[in-house]
Amino acid sequence: MGLYDGFSRLAEERQVFQGAGLNPFGTCIDEIYSATRGRIGDRQVILAGTNNYLGLTFDADAIAAAQAALANQGTGTTGSRMANGSYGAHVALEDELAAFFQRPSAIVFSTGYVANLGVISALATPKATVLLDADCHASIYDACALGGAQVIRFRHNDAADLERRMQRLGEGARDALIIVEGIYSMLGDVAPLREIVDIKRRLGGYLLLDEAHSFGVMGETGRGLAQALGVEADVDIILGTFSKSLAAIGGFAVGNDRAMDVLRYASRPYIFTASPSPSAIASVRSALRTIARQPQLRERLWQNAHQLYEGLAALGYQVGPHVSPVIPVMIGTKEQGMRFWRALIEAGVYVNLVLPPAAPSGVTLVRCSVSAAHSPEEVDAMISAFASLRDQNILGTAS
Amino acid sequence: MLKREVVIDYILECVRELTPEHDLPVVPDSNLIEDLGLESIKILDLLMMLEDHFDLSIPINILIDVSTPAELATALITYLENHHGLV
Repeated sequence: MGLYDGFSRLAEERQVFQGAGLNPFGTCIDEIYSATRGRIGDRQVILAGTNNYLGLTFDADAIAAAQAALANQGTGTTGSRMANGSYGAHVALEDELAAFFQRPSAIVFSTGYVANLGVISALATPKATVLLDADCHASIYDACALGGAQVIRFRHNDAADLERRMQRLGEGARDALIIVEGIYSMLGDVAPLREIVDIKRRLGGYLLLDEAHSFGVMGETGRGLAQALGVEADVDIILGTFSKSLAAIGGFAVGNDRAMDVLRYASRPYIFTASPSPSAIASVRSALRTIARQPQLRERLWQNAHQLYEGLAALGYQVGPHVSPVIPVMIGTKEQGMRFWRALIEAGVYVNLVLPPAAPSGVTLVRCSVSAAHSPEEVDAMISAFASLRDQNILGTAS
Repeated sequence: MLKREVVIDYILECVRELTPEHDLPVVPDSNLIEDLGLESIKILDLLMMLEDHFDLSIPINILIDVSTPAELATALITYLENHHGLV
């Protein structure tokens, strides 16, 4: 048996999408001009398939901070924090994150994926029970598998379903870990966090909230969904990433108990990973200051979200359930999705094609994401591109 | 008290419900992925259906090495025997 024979079915499926033209699962953005503009092949595109919610990838302060760190501290740390030591900037960023969240404890990880893997796998031991939203990110599932916990899924965003499953656990519910996300990455919908907190108050458990897509996006100062709903005190650990609103790479956890620090000595993904590079840490520290100083970025982001969401809905497209910086547009079949995605690039707009099972509920969708850096004219141009595809009947659905 | 035949019958019913796009025969030894094209996420959904129908907590961990309805029934019953003394 060949080394890759077990992947033959997957390879065949992928081949279908690689046949003619651009491959949505291996897109090369040949040039990046700004937070919102790039080139794919010979086509200049508006970038609407990113997670660059606050548009800080080209922020002048962040770039200057990263350049200075590169010059003064070098290109990489070449080792893990446990074995090779932390840099002062790692510790400083942790202090700044703890202060930003007004929590006693913060740990920085090398990516958002590793943050979830590191924290959850350490807590989700074989003796633990985890209740997770069915649509949780793969990193959360992977973390539970690594930890070996008993994993019970509940229906997406269905607090009553969570409660039913908690009740089935009986006394075991008191120690269960409940894991949900702030904004879900594919549909842009938001966890019913108040209802979930209410269940936790009544039945017990610990609540972990992944604010990867909601940090910087929601809440009065950008701390995320828990802040927006006024339930931060009930969330035991908030997980997040540096690769979306903070526009770099890395991840973090902030806890409401100083004891969380012990995870540094229990979390294999923390212990055995090289620490984030000085330039990434420097740009994140700068971006964090910018988020605190410029709430207008969040306002602009939501204006853009409303403009795009309402524009697409007015064209008759089936969009997601809520106005959100993540705006999914439901497309029929995989083949229609492929055609539509390629036609959008031809029309100058880059979005993400998402097929089931990555897209929930068996739907094919194109995932649009807006940024505070998009100008109103760019959002109009996106809407015009969708309008032209509708007029050309790219989906082949007109009678 | 759960009988194996009852569990298998309900699993087959759920699998048919989860694969409305085809009318392939669904039998205890059908391979859920290879024969029936069930995506991994749908197998997780299948487990939720079993939890609700039998009013039990069933962790997704039991799905390791499960590829057919018969194997799922065996895994479920073994789990219940080990953890609840049921069956």
